[in-house]
Amino acid sequence: MIDGIMKHDWTEPAAAAQHEAMPHDDPNHPHALLPPDPALRVKALETILTQKGLIDPAALDEIIDTYQNRIGPQNGARVVAKAWSDPEFKAALLADADPVLADLGYYGRQGEHMVVVENTPAQHNMVVCTLCSCYPWPLLGIPPGWYKSDAYRARAVREPRKVLADFGVSLPEDTAVRVWDSTAEVRYLVLPMQPEGTEGLSEEDLAALVTRDSMIGTGLAKAPGEAPA
Amino acid sequence: MSSCAEVSAPEPVFAEPWHAQVFALTVHLNEAGRFSWAEWVERFSATLKRHGLSRELDGGEDYFRAWLETLEVFLAEQGVASGAEAEQMRCRWEAAYLNTPHGEPVQIEY
Repeated sequence: MIDGIMKHDWTEPAAAAQHEAMPHDDPNHPHALLPPDPALRVKALETILTQKGLIDPAALDEIIDTYQNRIGPQNGARVVAKAWSDPEFKAALLADADPVLADLGYYGRQGEHMVVVENTPAQHNMVVCTLCSCYPWPLLGIPPGWYKSDAYRARAVREPRKVLADFGVSLPEDTAVRVWDSTAEVRYLVLPMQPEGTEGLSEEDLAALVTRDSMIGTGLAKAPGEAPA
Repeated sequence: MSSCAEVSAPEPVFAEPWHAQVFALTVHLNEAGRFSWAEWVERFSATLKRHGLSRELDGGEDYFRAWLETLEVFLAEQGVASGAEAEQMRCRWEAAYLNTPHGEPVQIEY
């Protein structure tokens, strides 16, 4: 009987948006709103694992809070700005990123290694995960939808210049494009080229020029005064 | 669009609450030592590949559905939560939602 009037189609994001807008005392909803099927399945797993003492619900909240609020591209931007400002830091970062990043408090919770690849006039770097969606979480947070899409995962390797063009990036013809395929063990961060005329800016001002896409390699760092990406 | 609007309304990290929940559950199980991240990636990428054969995945809802399916199968194979057990618990939650007056917390007894 649940397929009758009470069941909502939760499969479309639009339906969720309607839910947000719905007043709480809506008389058409005498019972609590039924979450979408996958949400109930996740709840079921959570309950079973909690009952068996295999998970700690508080730890789940902590993980969600971390990825939702505390880590994101601002972390990577800080690292890039520091590398632009401090040649010794940059050399150490490119040579062996893990200890340098750990000093800043950024380390892979899944035990992965971080590798930083530097863009130069001769070589532009771009990161993909053809397997699934491996990504430098501690530095960039959760990947955007397009990074996880079949289209990007397939095309980044096959036709990187066309993908870059779709992102509005055109490179000089003599700049080589190198694509790095992430794995469960190794994650890459692109060190974009520092925009001209920004020498001497503070690390904070420099960090504001570093976009998420510039650290994946599907964008370039912004010039000062350029509109936010 | 002004920069203020973009600052105040960033792209959500997780489009739906359950995306965040299933992500956190998996990360927590990995960190608790139930499986290595490499084992997870191997299974998850196999699911994505299988789903991607019939249609192009857009990296949104379909991505997390594949994630959930991978986790359910993995936990069933590990003997942690069988398919039947999970389905029974899902039904209990569904019944609890349908039987809880609107505005009251939804709970099941266990």
